[in-house]
Amino acid sequence: MIRNRNLPFAATVLVFAGIYLLCVLQFPTMLSFRVAGNLLTDNAFLGVAAVGMTFVILSGGIDLSIGAVIAFTSVFVAVLVRAGVHPAVAFALALTLSTAFGAVMGMTIHYLAMPAFVVTLAGMFLARGAAFLITTDSVPISHEFLDMLKSLYIQLPGKGRLTFIGMVMLATFVIGMVLAHRTRFGANVYALGGSQQSSELMGVPAAATTVRLYALSGFLAGLAGLVYTLYTSAGYSLATVGVELDAIAAVVVGGTLLSGGSGLVLGTLFGVFIQGLIQTYIVFDGSLSSWWTKIAIGILLFVFIVLQRATLLLPRRSGKAVAFTPIPRGG
Amino acid sequence: MAEHGAVLLEARGIDKSFFNVKVLDGVDLTLRTGEIHALLGENGAGKSTLVKILTGAYRRDAGTLRLAGEEIEPLSVAEAQALSIGTVYQEVNLLDNLTVAENLYLGRQPLRFGMVDRRRMRADARALLARYGLDVDPDETLSAYSVAIRQVIAIARAVDLSGRVLFLDEPTASLDAREVEMVFSILRRLRAEGLSIVIITHFLDQVYAIADRITVLRNGRMVGSAAIADLPRRDLVSLMLGRELEAETHRRPVEVAVDDGPAAFRFRNFGRRGSVRPFDMDIRHGEVIGIAGLLGSGRSETAFLLFGIDKADSGTVEIDGKPVTLSSPVDAISHGFGFCPEERKTDGIVADLSVRENIVLALQARRGWARPIGYRESLALAEHYIKALDIRPPDPERPIKFLSGGNQQKAILARWLATDPRLLILDEPTRGIDIGAHAEIIRLIEKLREEGVALVVISSEIEELVAYASRVVVLSDRTHLRELTGDEINAATIVNAMAMAAGEAA
Repeated sequence: MIRNRNLPFAATVLVFAGIYLLCVLQFPTMLSFRVAGNLLTDNAFLGVAAVGMTFVILSGGIDLSIGAVIAFTSVFVAVLVRAGVHPAVAFALALTLSTAFGAVMGMTIHYLAMPAFVVTLAGMFLARGAAFLITTDSVPISHEFLDMLKSLYIQLPGKGRLTFIGMVMLATFVIGMVLAHRTRFGANVYALGGSQQSSELMGVPAAATTVRLYALSGFLAGLAGLVYTLYTSAGYSLATVGVELDAIAAVVVGGTLLSGGSGLVLGTLFGVFIQGLIQTYIVFDGSLSSWWTKIAIGILLFVFIVLQRATLLLPRRSGKAVAFTPIPRGG
Repeated sequence: MAEHGAVLLEARGIDKSFFNVKVLDGVDLTLRTGEIHALLGENGAGKSTLVKILTGAYRRDAGTLRLAGEEIEPLSVAEAQALSIGTVYQEVNLLDNLTVAENLYLGRQPLRFGMVDRRRMRADARALLARYGLDVDPDETLSAYSVAIRQVIAIARAVDLSGRVLFLDEPTASLDAREVEMVFSILRRLRAEGLSIVIITHFLDQVYAIADRITVLRNGRMVGSAAIADLPRRDLVSLMLGRELEAETHRRPVEVAVDDGPAAFRFRNFGRRGSVRPFDMDIRHGEVIGIAGLLGSGRSETAFLLFGIDKADSGTVEIDGKPVTLSSPVDAISHGFGFCPEERKTDGIVADLSVRENIVLALQARRGWARPIGYRESLALAEHYIKALDIRPPDPERPIKFLSGGNQQKAILARWLATDPRLLILDEPTRGIDIGAHAEIIRLIEKLREEGVALVVISSEIEELVAYASRVVVLSDRTHLRELTGDEINAATIVNAMAMAAGEAA
């Protein structure tokens, strides 16, 4: 039996399966490893960033800085590599910077008791501005190390490829699932999303959890920036505008409650796939404008928000029946 | 574990002040091993402050705390827990979005290779709750269960975390009778196991059903502590109210002439499950129905029902002989009802709006948004009532938050008077206001009565009710117990009626 709290996830998987089925009925070639491999590769940076967003939303927060951090990281790495820094070093620097950036936002949110929306909005402007400050040009890069990374792939049947960045995304999801569902940190994130006051009374370290949470989101946004750099072989400060909104959409369509406290990391993967699938369909069709993706996602988001309301109301109707056996008094 | 009956937790001479106002003054509390101890008192008696000091949430200004003879100094809830003192707060204590097992073990999950061992956590949760006679699915979200089950789970967590002393703040506030019995059977078993339990509650029935000892606080002082057998209900109520029952016999100062015709407002079998048991009430024009009862007896709940804030689930309402529906405050207002709530600051005033805007609020609501009250008209209204009720300072444009409590109360009264109400419900209209304003409000109530307005006034000031009520309804344990009329309306009879248990009503 599916538990109430998992209904949105089940709905997400069902929607994904339904859309895929429709696609395949119209374009049978979409049922191939090639399409599947491309789905992973093309959405890798979004997927990585969306894992961070899942944690933030589960805690009842939001991180609007993701798209800007991705752009900043890609420009930062590109400029460093052009200047002769080894990409591995540039990667490490970029990840340190983005993690610290997230941690500072987390501290601001917790210690100044500021809404995450405002703090990360400021972070978005800061990161985007910093990216422009480095350069406003698109900076193409090539380096043997990057070529080596791109040549790492697993051959799938029928010309399909599971690329390195696709693997990074899948690995991020696996680690994210372990972190969310199998660690005390994960439990604390869900607890904060339920009620900060109650969770503090129950001994959840709110400060440490909030800071780590936004640091994690910053780190994953940085990682998404690196993935994006590998994907496009360039850094561009105008890139990935609005990716944070795509990530939020992926999280919500993936069945996570926008108000926090309920959802699954795996759901977000399907949320990303649904967006990617609609885009792929439009490419296959050839005559549709790519803006139809946005319209489809808009409709799906709306449906999921309504669905969440409905499932929230479900358990309220009646308390679950419980067997209670009075235990005789005894010493 | 210490012997049953040995002193376990001892508080002596506890003082606590907030902003130079003394809320606890030399309070003592003695808790023995294996007893259920009821801590009672009216609002503001200092119960929660005392519990917060004992459980580490507040620091005391003076006094000593001993646990099993050793002096202790808990500086946080966690430290109190480590000392084996646990607390279940009212309402906010668990997380509805987590599973039962996660709630029980949040922050102390069993780990295996650094990961949460979910299988063991499930098994532990199941075993723990089985000891409480509960067969719940540890993997189900907590929100799937009723409040009573959640309460038991909260108790299980607190006992598991602490072990010797358990504080329960209103554990039965939103439970029905069967659920209360379930929680009580668990408390009795914990007591038999040697746990000491302090329970704060407003339900006197429940005190006598479960407690071994009672300690009563009033105005920050301990006014009595006795074994349950030595403190009959009547004595307990007089302790809580701070008055002798027999001594006073107030004569009714005013006789109220009320026509004997059919009542304008007739409530029949009106009630709501979990709020107030169905009651009948007739209210005539030109009479004041006083409502008396201890805190938690269903006073405010009655007002909420009458004004349609809580929807009644049984009964009928007739106004002037015609049946009407009363399912929201909008309905109530359209029938000419007005309501001044007890929580003036949160439910009454709109703090940042001016006196004028606060006064015209209800009238505007009644007219609907399509017919706005113009500035001139609203100013005239405000000035009229500022003058009529002597609201000070007489400045219609001053934000109401800068007025004193008494003047705020007058402004809220003005708000309803502006709608020309037929029935006015006042919940504690004189609480927290100075003596001068107090007298003016009473005069105003009397004046309205003479003008033919029907009033329902809830008050914990018994003399006040005696002074202006034409009938007094006494509530106890969410039941309309007795209606006093004529010569019965005196302080002694009212207090005696309040002390009666619901079952004793003749």
